[in-house]
Order: sequence, then structure tokens, then C-alpha cells
Amino acid sequence: MIHLVDVTLVVTLLACAWLSLTGRDLLRSVVLFIAFGLLVSLGWARLRAPDVALAEAAVGSGLTGALLLSAFSAMERARLTTDEVGLTRARWLALGLTLGLGVSLGVVLLSLPSDHPRLSLHIQERISQSGVLNSVTAVLLNFRSYDTLLEMVVLLASLVGIWAVAPFARVWPKAPSTPILAALARLLLPLMTVVAGYLLWLGADAPGGAFQAGAVLGGMGVLWVAASLWHPPWALRMVRPLLVLGLLAFLAVAGVTMGIGKSMLEYPASQAKTLILWIETAATVSIGVTLTLLFLGGYPAPPEQS
Amino acid sequence: MSWADGISLLCILAALFFFLAGTVGLLRMPDVFTRLHALTKADNLGLGLIVLATAVQLQSWTELVKLALIWMLVMVSGATVAHLIARMALSESSDEKA
Repeated sequence: MIHLVDVTLVVTLLACAWLSLTGRDLLRSVVLFIAFGLLVSLGWARLRAPDVALAEAAVGSGLTGALLLSAFSAMERARLTTDEVGLTRARWLALGLTLGLGVSLGVVLLSLPSDHPRLSLHIQERISQSGVLNSVTAVLLNFRSYDTLLEMVVLLASLVGIWAVAPFARVWPKAPSTPILAALARLLLPLMTVVAGYLLWLGADAPGGAFQAGAVLGGMGVLWVAASLWHPPWALRMVRPLLVLGLLAFLAVAGVTMGIGKSMLEYPASQAKTLILWIETAATVSIGVTLTLLFLGGYPAPPEQS
Repeated sequence: MSWADGISLLCILAALFFFLAGTVGLLRMPDVFTRLHALTKADNLGLGLIVLATAVQLQSWTELVKLALIWMLVMVSGATVAHLIARMALSESSDEKA
């Protein structure tokens, strides 16, 4: 049965995507892209994939939107303009390729037998050994935890890439940019920390987990940076240890599991929940710090003495 | 239809009216400040009514706390964002005069 809500959603999605691609005003395109991300996340929610919906809303729309907006304002400050607006030849090509990929994926998906949920059956059979009750967390942190380990590497590598090419970001603020934004950031800090902890804990048996919790922390960090509130003096020294914390926890568990004669990241069933929780806690902190620093741009450094 | 359903329906209809009013204001008002005024005021009330409509359907108090928290967070962030946009618009318009 086709709902009016879904039709409206799809039509608005396509309109947002088209206007964002073809618009001649960069800022308007960015705002439309953020709206597009929110609608995509609604779409995932309608498809009963709340995990993906959460990730899309937090990372795909929220943080990517913040990154694009900060890139836009950096261009404004540098008085850079671009004539690469609207549908350039490269974008037509990208559009064609994406459409081709989307249509082929759709065809493949629709040709699969729909009454044959093999993968989810396998997961349901073994979920009691995984240490958690939420199948998404079971896959991400146990059955396919190697993939998640590599994702942590990708996240770290992207930040190192930015640090390699961008100038230092001076992070000792003169004064909060506006008292009202600063007050909001101060008000939300304890609340968002609790929400992140809640999402992390919830991940064991409901949609949630390290990426969602880390995205909440990252959003908090972005707000903190945008309000030009920064940090006690030791924070700069803590940046690098916190960034690699998640990866180190993963590698430590991988090393230990191999050391006791199991294969890499094969947790003993009795310890699985504890190990997953430790890895996820460390990963949440690292993801939060990484996302904040992605927004900050360059390597954080105190201002030069003058 | 139970009493709760009736209250929900009334609240949702009222909420839709305020959302519509806010959107019409956003589209029809002459400048940034009046648009912001129309949008933020009407949206806060509309969301509050939606929360109320959902609250009478709830089974547990913890869900009610979550909903109330969401409403408060949207109001606080909405007010802050309205302030930021208005401040930016004000500084731009004073730049033009100078």
C-alpha cells in the first residue's frame, strides 16, 4: 500500500536534491543539502531502519552540513568565488553514474526473493552468543567488528589528511562570539554528555551505539567551537590520545584475542558484552573528538605569541 | 474514539493551524525579523501542541519526560538560532548603512 506521506517524502527529496545540485547560489545549495539529509533520515525511519536514520540525521545532515557551512564561510572570508555552480559537465557525469548505480541496485534488490531473509536468520540464530540483543550492534561490534575497526582507521585518516593540508586552527578565543550561544553550549554540555552515554548504553538492545553517541558528542563539540568557547589549557595535550583511544581499544582486544589462541576479535562468549562496551565507550570518545576536530579544520594550536 | 483520541485530534489540528500560520508568515512577511518572529513563535506553540497530543497517548512516565525534554531542547535551540540569525541580519543591515 502506498501512503501519501511516502509519496510526498520522495517528491520533496527529489526536488531538494535537484535544486541543491542545479542552484547557482552556493549557500542555498548547502541549506537544501541539509534539508535533503533530514528528509533522507525520515525516509530511513519510514523504512524501519532507525539505526541508519539516526546516523544519517547526525552525520549525513548535521555534521556534514556544519562542515559545508564552515567551508562556505571560509570561502567568504577569503573572498573566494567559484563559477563551478549549477550543472557543470562533471556534475552531469556524476549524476548519470549515480542514477545508473541507483537504478541497477534497485533492479537487483527487486529481483531478490523477498520471502527469504537468510542473513537476518543467521544473525538471529547466533545473537545469543554475541553479548548484545540489538542485531545491528551485534553485526557492527562482534560478527563484523573487523569492518568497524577499519572504519575507525578511515575516520582518523581523514582527519590526518585535513591536518596535512590545512593551516593551524588557532583555538584560544578572545571572547565568546555571543553570550547567548555560549550560554546554550554551557547548558547543553552536561545534558548532551548524558544523552551520549544513554545512546551508548542503549546500543546493546535498541538502536543506538558508539557512532550515534559519538555524533552527539561531536555535535556538542561543534557547538562549543562555534561559540568560541574552548577548553582548559590541558585540552590541547589531550587531543591526540583521545583521538586514537577507540582504535587502541580495538587493537588491544584484537591482540588479546589472538594471544589466547582465538582468531582476531573473536570474543569469548562470556566476556563479549564487557569487551563490546569497553570498545564502544572508547570509540564514542574518539568519534566525538574526531568529528569536532574535523569541524575545527586545521590542527588545533594556541595563537602565536605577539 | 476515546477521550484521549479526541484530545489528541484537537491538539494536532490546533498545532497544524499554528504551523501553517508560521509558514505563511515565513513566506509573506517583508523582512528577516518579522519572518523570524512569525516562524519561531508559531513553531514553538505548534510543537508544544504536538507533544501534548502525543503525551495523552503515552503509557509510561519516562516517555513523557523524554518528550518534554525534546520540546524544551527545540525551544531553547530555536530561540538561540533566531537570536543568531537576527544578530547577523542586523549587523549586515548596519554595514549597508555605513
